[in-house]
Amino acid sequence: MDMNRRQFFKVCGVGLGASSMAALGMAPPPAYAETIRHFKLASTRETRNTCPYCSVGCGLIMYSQGDGGKNVAQEIIHIEGDADHPVNRGTLCPKGAGLLDFVHSPNRLKYPEVREAGSGEWKRIGWDEALDSIAKLMKADRDANFVEKNAAGQTVNRWLSTGFLAASASSNESGYLTHKVVRSLGMLAFDNQARV
Amino acid sequence: MTNHWSDIKNADLVLIMGGNAAEAHPCGFKWVTEAKAHNKARLIVVDPRFNRSASVADLYAPIRTGTDIAFLGGLINYLIANDKIQHEYVRNYTDVSFVVKEGFGFEDGLFNGYDAAKRSYPDKSAWGYEIGADGYAVVDPTLSHPRCVFNLLKKHYSRYTPELVSSICGTPQETMLKVWDAIAETAQPGKAMTIMYALGWTQHTVGSQMIRTGAMVQLLLGNIGMPGGGMNALRGHSNIQGLTDLGLLSNLLPGYLTLPGDAEQDYSAYIGKRTSLPLRPGQLSYWQHYEKFHVSLMKAWFGKAATAENNWAYDWLPKLDVPGYDVLKVFDMMFQGQVNGYFCQGFNPIAAFPNKAKVGAALARLKYLVIMDPLATDTSEFWRNAGEFNDVDTAAIQTTVFRLPTTCFAEEDGSLVNSGRWLQWHWKAAEPPGEARTDIAIMAGLFQRLRALYQKEGGAFAAPILNLDWPYLRPDEPGPDELAREFSGKALADVSDPASGAVLAKAGEQLAGFAQLRADGSTASGCWIFSGAWTQAGNQMARRDNADPYGMGQTLGWAWAWPANRRILYNRASADPSGQPWDPVKKRLVWWNGKSWGGTDVPDFKADSPPEAGMNPFIMNPEGVARLFAVGMMAEGPFPEHYEPFETPIGRNPLHGNAQAISNPAARVFKNDLEVFGQAEEFPYAATTYRLTEHFHYWTKHCRLAAITQPEQFVEIGEALAMDLGIKAGDRVKVSSNRGYIKAVAVVTKRLRPLTVDGKTVHHVGIPIHWGFTGVAKNGFITNTLTPFVGDGNTQTPEFKSFLVNVEKV
Amino acid sequence: MATQDIIARSATTTPMPQVRQPGEVAKLIDTSKCIGCKACQVACSEWNELRDEVGSNAGTYDNPNDLSAESWTLMRFAEYENPDSGNLEWLIRKDGCMHCAEPGCLAACPSPGAIVKYANGIVDFNQDKCIGCGYCITGCPFDIPRISQKDKKAYKCTLCSDRVAVGLEPACVKTCPTGAIVFGSKEDMQVHAAERIVDLKERGFANAGLYDPDGVGGTHVMYVLHHADQPSLYAGLPDAPAISPLVSLWKGVAKPLALLAMGATVLAGFFHYVRVGPNRVDEEEDPGEPTVHTVDPSVHVVDPNKQP
Repeated sequence: MDMNRRQFFKVCGVGLGASSMAALGMAPPPAYAETIRHFKLASTRETRNTCPYCSVGCGLIMYSQGDGGKNVAQEIIHIEGDADHPVNRGTLCPKGAGLLDFVHSPNRLKYPEVREAGSGEWKRIGWDEALDSIAKLMKADRDANFVEKNAAGQTVNRWLSTGFLAASASSNESGYLTHKVVRSLGMLAFDNQARV
Repeated sequence: MTNHWSDIKNADLVLIMGGNAAEAHPCGFKWVTEAKAHNKARLIVVDPRFNRSASVADLYAPIRTGTDIAFLGGLINYLIANDKIQHEYVRNYTDVSFVVKEGFGFEDGLFNGYDAAKRSYPDKSAWGYEIGADGYAVVDPTLSHPRCVFNLLKKHYSRYTPELVSSICGTPQETMLKVWDAIAETAQPGKAMTIMYALGWTQHTVGSQMIRTGAMVQLLLGNIGMPGGGMNALRGHSNIQGLTDLGLLSNLLPGYLTLPGDAEQDYSAYIGKRTSLPLRPGQLSYWQHYEKFHVSLMKAWFGKAATAENNWAYDWLPKLDVPGYDVLKVFDMMFQGQVNGYFCQGFNPIAAFPNKAKVGAALARLKYLVIMDPLATDTSEFWRNAGEFNDVDTAAIQTTVFRLPTTCFAEEDGSLVNSGRWLQWHWKAAEPPGEARTDIAIMAGLFQRLRALYQKEGGAFAAPILNLDWPYLRPDEPGPDELAREFSGKALADVSDPASGAVLAKAGEQLAGFAQLRADGSTASGCWIFSGAWTQAGNQMARRDNADPYGMGQTLGWAWAWPANRRILYNRASADPSGQPWDPVKKRLVWWNGKSWGGTDVPDFKADSPPEAGMNPFIMNPEGVARLFAVGMMAEGPFPEHYEPFETPIGRNPLHGNAQAISNPAARVFKNDLEVFGQAEEFPYAATTYRLTEHFHYWTKHCRLAAITQPEQFVEIGEALAMDLGIKAGDRVKVSSNRGYIKAVAVVTKRLRPLTVDGKTVHHVGIPIHWGFTGVAKNGFITNTLTPFVGDGNTQTPEFKSFLVNVEKV
Repeated sequence: MATQDIIARSATTTPMPQVRQPGEVAKLIDTSKCIGCKACQVACSEWNELRDEVGSNAGTYDNPNDLSAESWTLMRFAEYENPDSGNLEWLIRKDGCMHCAEPGCLAACPSPGAIVKYANGIVDFNQDKCIGCGYCITGCPFDIPRISQKDKKAYKCTLCSDRVAVGLEPACVKTCPTGAIVFGSKEDMQVHAAERIVDLKERGFANAGLYDPDGVGGTHVMYVLHHADQPSLYAGLPDAPAISPLVSLWKGVAKPLALLAMGATVLAGFFHYVRVGPNRVDEEEDPGEPTVHTVDPSVHVVDPNKQP
């Protein structure tokens, strides 16, 4: 046995202090079941979704607190893989397994904001103010720089001085509407995240 | 992906090259594990780094970054020289017998028709097939014609000898031959190799051609259209496949329709140019239906305002004066002060684009920038001085920045398209935080305001704005279901079968699929390839039947795949010319049952065309067969050729002495960027950037759980180089390119080994992305501070994967 | 818990229930399928509502750098140049509680009921009863338990006892992308391991084998190793784990001696309390020693109010 003297005393000494009461039969009454944590998903609401990260398209089940009743603000408390999904079969990678911290990230944006020219800070604004201001800036730029005909007199109807980078994880429905709007304005500086 | 994730289990051999599936797509990689476990498959990984995929591979081969065409070109040479090709497949399903025009040539690194001043091939007229008097392409089934594709291919790659390839790639010859030999085994009919690649191929100045070389190998081996085969692009984001399908790119319209150029003033000429007629007798050439798709799109967008009289609102589409306004071009324009406004919808360009200094300077020249994002991105704060990480003069930046909070996936309904082309519907589980809104509501809110302003004030070319069809029940926030029904398509008048006259869809009904689209304005479909996603029977994308009756993993009842719910593209090629599967036991996909095509997948073919009719499997091509010779489709030439990265550690191209042909002669490069390329004398190490499995792009640095598992920026350095430089694991190092520097922790590893290239020792430095100056992970430098602003000749994808750096201990 | 009766309990002499005979469960970790993605780490923390500190990179992929009271499992990475094949191997092992059949932690634990073993094989800590003495660490041949700096209690993997109790698999098992972690009856896991070993041998790993060490009576977390002849290649997995000699001594020699002295001690303690009131016993060790044994157990145990 590989044990030095100091360790020996440590075992005897602390062990003595710690458990002598129990050894003499003075233990508290056993409560066997209490060690197991309650299962937290027993009555949560389940919603099916798809992981927003890579393109494997793993199925998710999002568990939210509350039963959807009028007085409940559904709060997602857990996300795990959808076992029925033919690709991920319930599995998730580390990013997917940690999706809860994306949904509840402290860096989620909550309100429209503006940073004025030269300013070093954000200013909270309302949605109407934000959208009105942006629409006005767009229109002023489009009206000033829209090209109906090129130098050769050909009809080209394009607007090059404002551009739009579309998302990589927004839904088809968002993307479709974005394309419809952007092209109706004549924009060509239009791209997505396919390459990077 | 030509195939899809679960189908990988059918592979006999898996080649991961130009990607790192275990790292970036772990849950998809599970199907490699399954192929190994249940199909005795072998896994081969070819990569500059011994990476997470390599950690479970049967065979790993190192390769110098940017030299994959040499490796695969050598493989083509090897397959031909050793007669390891799937002869029946190649002869019948590819263009090997097609005779190429006289005048096509290749000499000293350049194809015919190069214009050095324009850095391109303006005249590609000789890059095509000889057309006979009957109007069809000339073929020589004996393959004896010196200009038939097979002989040209053989000649082109005969230069790629094992010795030369090994010297270019740095792959030890013995290892390389082991890899080639294993791959060659899948030339047997019925054996399939899948190739899994990602941005490790795309992000080079020759990225598109790397992918093409991979596809050519697969054709020679008869692996395209096969279960367990295919060319599988592992897309990097959850819906980048869908957003590309929907045409959210400068030069596209939904469903891979294309915008007109300035010269295309005439509508019928525009349609005519895109309506490909068969190049061989009896071929389907599906693009001959182009106008049906185009008119249905214009009806979906402009409704009643798109009429036959106004050419379906043809003039309302913007026309292109250049091939496209891709992001490199637009940021170059912005850098030069030619752009006033810019929108970033869920996109973080200051982190995601090359040469951060240039991107930051460009953004600072905008008048207004609009951010739509769930997270506080680095781009939204490009004006904030974050010390060494973003050292800017805030007060001098005059850009007004709006930051609009959006919902994330959990807070909205909608569909995403995965790499396997599956459109999967998802459901909202909770309200977003604060006042966040959906992207749909923001786009609708902006559009409603713009339309009102144009109605009230008038303005430049208001017609398309005033006439855009907006039939939504809530104009400020169209429902995802309404939009999905719109892109899937509906009948505007009764649609009948032209042969029988039977009504296929009544006016107002959803269409069953793109076969019902019409060019007369009686149908509307916002994206023809998505047609059938929401039929009269309801939302097909929400289907959840995962039954797999044949055990082939095709699960046709789960969600909906484009096109037409097909799971494997070109699947007719999984059967021999007589219509029977190459392997009738383990590789059953579709077959001819005497009356029609059917099987475990939806046939990618004309369902009632008997094998003896001679229709070939590649129905989108006018030839009916797959192209080993790319005709005029590629910027740098019909056959891929190895060109060095723009920042090359060896300074020459061992294949040819021509100084014009060291790097891709047709790559996109701007003048101000040419000036900031580094040379090997000053920046001696080959660098490559990549993702880590613990993080997703620049999002998860905002997530605590991800930040815990990979908290701090690091770079990977091989033991030999670390020893040379006196660097120990855990030391801080400075990595610099000619565009800037980053500082990070050194991870010293055996997994990066020096390679002998062209007689020199080349060390790689591995640089993960993911860090920035916002987030809950430790702040770090933006890796793209280092990368060069130069793009692939076809896609303009930046060369993130190959550039030069220097490394010093801090 | 009707289905998982406790069959062993730390520092308890009362006989344990023996009637129910639920099957034993096991988690099998196949290092040859593991890509070190850390999904198990994240799923564990997410399920158990743990958020460790955002640390720093120490020049390796191992993050966090070590197990902690808030990181119950961890991938450990080792680079190995195989002298036989000449190949580089990246050996990645998920570290965490092995749920030993003869748990050293339980044997060493002096606090009644702070460590329990269920009939299905799960070894679980009950923090309500934990006195933070750190004996479980001494007793553990795998160096797994950690004492929290927040509450001075010991924590480790529970094998998701809350999930297993309701018929689910542990969170790490469910999430594992490549199926490197599987879960089922111990017998099924042994059968599955045998199949995996055949496959590995066929792929050139002649010494592939199962790690289910006898020294701790077998474990309910087992590994498939490519090099079962050299477990220590896997970031120091013990080649022949056995319960710490400290614990053996406590049970074999020290405990009888201690019991002899016990009567006097307890009586002394009792009279001390009656006359003076509760008292804290000083640390018998130099507190300068870097050790996890920082909480005096007597404070918790000698509580006359709880005596019958």
